[in-house]
Amino acid sequence: MPNRCIVSKVWVVLSLLGMLFFAACEKRETVQNNSSGSRLSVVYIPKNTGNPYFNEIVAGFEEVCKQQGCEFSTIAPSTAEATSQIPILKEQIQRGVNIIAISPNSPDALNAVLDDARKAGIVVITVDADLAGNEAHRDASVLPTDFSKVGESQIELLGSQIGYQGEIAILSATRDAPNQNAWIAGMKDALAQPKYSKMKLVEIAYGDDEPQKSATEAEGLLTKHPNLRGIVSPTSVGLAAAAQALQIANKYPSVALTGLSTPNQMRKFVQDGVVKAFQLWSPREMGRLACSLAISIKQGKVKPGEGVEFELPEIGKRSFGKNNVVITGPLVTFDQNTINEYHF
Amino acid sequence: MKRAELVPLGLLAAAMIAGGMLSPHFWDLRYLLDSTSLHVETGLLVIGMTFVIALGQIDLSAASNLALVSCATAKLLQMGVHPAVGICIGIGLGTMLGIVNGLLVAYANLPSFLVTLGTLALYRGIAQALMGAASVKFPESLCGIDRWYLPGGIVPVPFAVFVVLAAAFGVALAKTTFGRRVIAIGANSTASEYSAIKVNRIVLSVFALSGLMAGIAGVMMDSRLGVARYDHARGLELEVITATVLGGTSIYGGKATMTGSFLALLLMAAVHVSLGLANVKTEIQLTIIGAVLVLTLAIGGVFSGAKAGGLAGRAE
Repeated sequence: MPNRCIVSKVWVVLSLLGMLFFAACEKRETVQNNSSGSRLSVVYIPKNTGNPYFNEIVAGFEEVCKQQGCEFSTIAPSTAEATSQIPILKEQIQRGVNIIAISPNSPDALNAVLDDARKAGIVVITVDADLAGNEAHRDASVLPTDFSKVGESQIELLGSQIGYQGEIAILSATRDAPNQNAWIAGMKDALAQPKYSKMKLVEIAYGDDEPQKSATEAEGLLTKHPNLRGIVSPTSVGLAAAAQALQIANKYPSVALTGLSTPNQMRKFVQDGVVKAFQLWSPREMGRLACSLAISIKQGKVKPGEGVEFELPEIGKRSFGKNNVVITGPLVTFDQNTINEYHF
Repeated sequence: MKRAELVPLGLLAAAMIAGGMLSPHFWDLRYLLDSTSLHVETGLLVIGMTFVIALGQIDLSAASNLALVSCATAKLLQMGVHPAVGICIGIGLGTMLGIVNGLLVAYANLPSFLVTLGTLALYRGIAQALMGAASVKFPESLCGIDRWYLPGGIVPVPFAVFVVLAAAFGVALAKTTFGRRVIAIGANSTASEYSAIKVNRIVLSVFALSGLMAGIAGVMMDSRLGVARYDHARGLELEVITATVLGGTSIYGGKATMTGSFLALLLMAAVHVSLGLANVKTEIQLTIIGAVLVLTLAIGGVFSGAKAGGLAGRAE
């Protein structure tokens, strides 16, 4: 019977494949088991896979776990869908990890499973994003930077490049983006200080975070204001588009440009000298802080509470703010000398 | 047991053995039963989808329907509607949304692929219009259905609901006139018409059933997550169709088994859980699940001896 023959062949191939797969995975598990013991095991769950930003956070975790002799693993859902982290959380609880760090995809859908984790004695810490309104479901949160200081920090960076005087403009995203507006308000507050009083804000343009529109708006700023000395664009799309516009119009370095973006997106412009320096927080530093803090909480060395100060090895002094939030630090400035240390 | 059911059964057994080998944490009955709760909503949709695909149709809107029901129900309860009433309205809404699909397919003679592709966007769109980006909390006392157990404290309520419904509709599909007519229409709609089967009415009821299942699943998800959001269960329809086809239901209609669908759902759950516990990367999990699907179809094809292959697969 020819049919039988095919069926048995398929089964042979299937079982061979299966055995190979099990063998490969079993090996892996044995290694993990041998290395465990009384060591703390830490897992970090990013929002989704394949995002260089989260790879930097992972690098921070790895570094600290290596220093402190903890076992580290990371596993991310394939999509940043609101419930995609729930099965992963359940599995990690069942695996018996000691610390779960997570960049949550949902502010509220994870509540129940995070409660389960904490009931099982696991320290739960959110990284990069928090559970707004549901802070009671995690032990602490580590966030990138003090966002109320972003505006002033950007003005200082631009001012230092133009001798703190001359006309400046802002290229923002959309008119109603809350974070953009908060930062612009911060910039205006800074400009009211005596140190920046010779810098004059002449226009705020909005590129809607679309590359083409942002480029057009940037070109518009250059033609409308011939005396323009500097542009600040606190959005990665706007900053890249403005850099392109400056490069095409050959207006650098007479017009200084800075803003917020990631090193990967700006590397070319920094190497070409179009942009001298720009800023963002450091996700790797955030990972280091989160990991070290979680370990200290698990070991009972740090007890979260508003206003509580603590010191972490190789990181330094920090304190808990409202809702047990810990801020990683000020913005990091990336320039020609430092940009190649970062890969996100 | 039919041959089509042996494939998912065999693979399920393999997955359970593999799970134990991959991780020492896998063989834990309580944990395994608990983890079914994550797949029960998918399972309910699979029950409806088995009928829909048996008919030779498709319902791409099932997950959007679920999301709209969960949003509407949570909103009603938040407005102070009595829980029993609100939940009934929610499940009724799901059924209505299914009937809308059914009417368009049966009486406007539109292809179900296009109709439900449209309502996939439409139902989720309405949910988003209703809720915006915000989430609505479900009343505390109704939350956590996945933590309610049958007496004995081991079998979670959602799994029990799923088993009972799957059994009931499995019998309906295999043993009743209604079920046989669904299969007959799937095999040959024109011939069924000539055999005095009221094809339109059956198509309508099957889409209503798919909607009913989405309604129940929507309320269940509200209770499990404790919040409703318009983007919950996004993309779930693909998992539902995958499980249904894995279970041996012919994508061309005319051939279906609820036992197969049930086993296929457990198979997918077991693969997810065993790979997840072994910390296998999600990309690799997706690859393995895709490979399992392709292999199952290949084995199924060999079993059913579809020598002519291709579209002729519908001819028994």
